[in-house]
Parts: sequence; structure tokens; C-alpha cells
Amino acid sequence: MTTDTQQRQHPGFYAIVVMLIIMAVGPIALMLINSFKLDVDIISGTTGLLFMPTIQNYETALCDILPYELEHLDYCALKFGGAFINSLIIALVSTVLTLIIGCMAAYALVRFKFMGRDTASATTLMVRMVPPAVLLVPVFGLWNNEFCIDKASWLGSLIRDNFGGRGDVCLAGTHSGIILIYIAMNLPFVIWILQSFIVQVPRQLEEAARMDGAGPFQVFFKVVLPLIKPGLAAAAIFTFRIAWNEYLLASALSDRDTKTVPILIVNNMSEFNVEWGVIMATGMLLAIPPIIFTLFASRQIITGMTAGAVKG
Amino acid sequence: MTSVGSFIMNKATANRFTPYIFLLPAAVIMVLALLYPLGYMIYGSFRDWDPSQSLTESTFVGLKNYITLWNDPNFRESTLVTLKFAISVVTFEMIIGVGLALLLDRNLRGMSVLRTLFILPMMIAPVVVGLIWRYMYHPTLGVFNRGLKSVGLESVDWLGQHALLSVIIADIWQWTPFIFILALAALQSLPRSALEAARIDGATGWQQIIHIKLPLMMPVLIVTCLLRLIDAFKVLEVILVMTEGGPGLSTEIMALRISRTATEFRELGVAAAMSNYLLIMLLMLTVLMLVYNRYMEYRASRAMLAARGA
Repeated sequence: MTTDTQQRQHPGFYAIVVMLIIMAVGPIALMLINSFKLDVDIISGTTGLLFMPTIQNYETALCDILPYELEHLDYCALKFGGAFINSLIIALVSTVLTLIIGCMAAYALVRFKFMGRDTASATTLMVRMVPPAVLLVPVFGLWNNEFCIDKASWLGSLIRDNFGGRGDVCLAGTHSGIILIYIAMNLPFVIWILQSFIVQVPRQLEEAARMDGAGPFQVFFKVVLPLIKPGLAAAAIFTFRIAWNEYLLASALSDRDTKTVPILIVNNMSEFNVEWGVIMATGMLLAIPPIIFTLFASRQIITGMTAGAVKG
Repeated sequence: MTSVGSFIMNKATANRFTPYIFLLPAAVIMVLALLYPLGYMIYGSFRDWDPSQSLTESTFVGLKNYITLWNDPNFRESTLVTLKFAISVVTFEMIIGVGLALLLDRNLRGMSVLRTLFILPMMIAPVVVGLIWRYMYHPTLGVFNRGLKSVGLESVDWLGQHALLSVIIADIWQWTPFIFILALAALQSLPRSALEAARIDGATGWQQIIHIKLPLMMPVLIVTCLLRLIDAFKVLEVILVMTEGGPGLSTEIMALRISRTATEFRELGVAAAMSNYLLIMLLMLTVLMLVYNRYMEYRASRAMLAARGA
């Protein structure tokens, strides 16, 4: 922190740093600027900042949850607001559950010696590399055909009577179906990262708590968890990021009412006439939560990233 | 009396089963939603399976799906594209990322700002990254062609003629920071004494980099490289949004082809076999990484023993 360790550096290095910052942030800034432009302005190419900023694109995007009527729009085609809420539910629930389940498992893998421990950690590491595309086929088949409750059974008929619909009650098309696969996808990574944090918790602390009569669960929740908060923060951000950003599996598993934001963006991009302004606004809305996390918790993110790779 | 007895019993059993109780939820979810699906996929890859039937109704066809794919020029093309993409992306990112880390490993003001802003590209959704780049590559609206035009040059058909290159550039933008940050962390944890000694012996900057910094960073760099390589095989959304695999098959990486085979061509068996090919490739990379880690641990422990013995 002292200034004398910070020797004067060649101004060229500052030029490089500034250039890198522009390269990293430039494209995102471009999207931000364009999201406030009307399509007319985007196409005519008024460069720079000489344009009338408008929030019309955001209004169009969020038309289904805005409390007031929009003048420029006679029909709300883009159900973005609903998708935003779906994304929020799915990302938050799967993050919380992944963290709870993941840190219990990481704790067991680090602290206890038991049969099958090595197999468990090796499996965790191996499934980390499975790409979502590989899961697409089996998950689609299983969630639609096997993970179902027969509509003739009492629970199935109960759900059908209350929520409507036909056929067996299946995981596909529900929030829980998407949440389940996100938890499974994120668990290996979360366990991996948290292990490297739990190893650093001094054993004496846990033993002292045990002497005072705390059970294993009390030790875990009252002693270990508070100490690995930075690790939990990092793991939470990474899990949220994947659950919030994921497209492929969500698109295979969701139905009309459970679409998430990335699905809407891809669908709108593949149309012939791309409405750039509105698309940029939706992209910006999807990007804002991760950007906020990054700006406020970059330290945790970097620790998590390095812990993940350097500890291998 | 009995309550005390059962309490002690509970505590004893709790101790023996605690690890399993802690592991149980994770194990159940991973078996149900990862391992079982993977097994289901392997089983399905030997069957003629389309989305309207359940797997048990489909017919067993043996290795037919695998053989069809092996002889399918489109699949080979797609494998080639995947390898080209992954290898060039990782090569460029390693060179640029490590180079920048070596260059900027000094007390610069604004480094923390740089690191914070640098991780933005990899935190935002791949779908959004694809969207931004598709806009920037746009033949008439995009900044690249507008820039070229304003200096009087021909415009370039980025996503048409140079689709693979354009996709690679976008991935380099998104993921070079990952390598940069890990390499910087590795550099800053190097033993200062070794660098000090080299400086006293009069080693030049280049000599320090080649003979001391790079060798000492190597373990971290290799792990980083393998992690990035594994992730490069997972890329899908960015390319889907930018080019949808086209034009032709020029950017149709395997992950994209799997999803198209399953959803457009409705051949789940073939898609499953394709997933298995991809999985086998990734498995080999992961095993490589595990073996390397074991080897490094072994070397470290031997070095420690030797030091203790001396």
C-alpha cells in the first residue's frame, strides 16, 4: 500500500493497460449504447454519442410486466418479463441448493476418512468435464419419458386435477426439471472449489467445538461455514452465472411458460429481421446481474478461479 | 435411563454414518441427474431411437450409429472444425494471456481495475457475447466494416467467408482474460529469491523469463491450458448465435451438431453416439490432466523427502 514500493513505470505500460480495458469493455459498452438507440439510429449509423437516448427498447422488452400501456406498441409479442422471472427463480433456487448440498459433500470429502472416498472425489472430478451438449440427449429423453408420475396414480391425478394438462406428469417443462439438471451440472465444480477452502480451516477449531459438546452438524454449520464464506461467495457466483446464462438444456426442457431469457434471445436472433435495439436491450438485461456481481465481488471471483486451477 | 442409552447410541451411529449423511444429497443428485443420464445415453447410442418413442420401444441396432458416423463426411468435417477451433483458440489465448501477464507483472496503478473489468467478458452470458459479436461483424451495421469503410478499405464478409476465424476471435476476446489472470497469479506467487538471484547474476529480462519464470510457472500453465481446452470443446451458444454453424458446415462444432441431430434431424441414437465420441475425447484430456497432477504431486513429495533427508 505504500507508495514507495510502487516505482515509477514507463508510461507505455499505462497505455497498454488502458488499451486492454477498452478492448475488454468496448463491445459491452457498444451494446449498452445501442440498447438506448432506436433502430433508425442504429441503422443510419450515427456514430458516437450523438443521439437521443430512449428507454423504448427496454419498454418493448418488458411490455408484459410493465404496469402501464405502451403507445408505440399495439401488441406485446415479446414475453420477456415472464422469462426474466423464470430465469430468476431457476438461477436463485439452483444456486442456493447447489451451495448447501455441495458444501456438505465437500466437507465430507475433506474431513472424514471413509470407504469410497477416493472414488467419490475422482468421480466428481471426472464429471466436471461433461459438456451440456452431451447431456442434451439423455436428459431430454429421461425428463420427458422416465422421470414422470403416472397420471393414474393418486399424486399424478392430484396434480393433473389442480394444474390441468394432459398425459403423465413429467419433469420436463417444469422449473424443477431445469433446476435439477443445473444443480447436478454445478455440483462437481462447487465441490472442487470448496474442498480447497475447507482444507484451510484449522482442525483445532472443530475439535474445540466438539469438546464443547457440538455434534457434527453443529460443527459444520456453526464453525466451518462461517470460516469459508469467501469460498462460498465464489462458488455462489460461478453457480449463479451458469444457471443464469445457460441456454441449451433450458431450451430442451422448458415449455411455453418456463422459457428463460437466453432462449428468448436466441429465438429472436434467428428471425430474419433482427430488431437490434430491442435485442440489445434484452441482452443488456441478461448481462446486468453478472456485471454487478463482477464489479462488487471481483476479488472473490479471482480467488475462486485461481483456487480452482492452481490446486488442480 | 433408556433415553440416555439411545442418545449415546445415536451419537455413535451418527459418527459412523456422518460422512455418508453429508454426502447423500450430492450423491443422489449426481447419480440421478448425471451418471444415470450418461448410462442412458450410452445405452441409447446402440439403438435406433427417435424423440417420439421411449427408449425401451426403440430397436437395438448394435454399432450401426457409430459406424454411420465414422463414415459420415459431415461428421468428420465437424470433428475437424471442433479440433481446429479448440486448438487455435487455446494456442492464441495461451500466448496472448501469458505474454500479457509477463508484460504487466509489475506494480502498476489500475491493475486491480484492469483485472475486474477483464473478467467481465467471461461472466456475461455466451448468448450475449454471441449477440454483441454478431452485431459487430454485421456486414453493414457492424463497427468493423464501418471502420474499414471510413478509412476507405473494402468491407470484409466476416461471418460469411471468414466465419471460423471470426468465431475464434470472439472466443479469444472472451477467454484470454482467464489465462491472463491465472498466469498473473502464478507469476506473483513465484519465489522471490530465485528471481533475485538471477538478477544479481546479471540475467537479462528475456533470460529471466525463459530460464526462470516460465519453467516455474509451468505446472499452473499446463493445468490452465488443459482446463481451457476442455472448456473449448463445450463452447456452443456463442457460435449458435453468431453463425448457427454456417455457412455450410464451416463453424459447426460437435456440440452444435449434436444438438441439431437431436432436435432438427430427430435422430436421438445418432446424437447419443456422437455425444459418446465427444465424451471419449474429453475423457482422454481429463485423464491426461489427472495423470499430470499425480506426477507433480509425486515429484513434490519426493523433493520434500530428499530435502528432509539432506
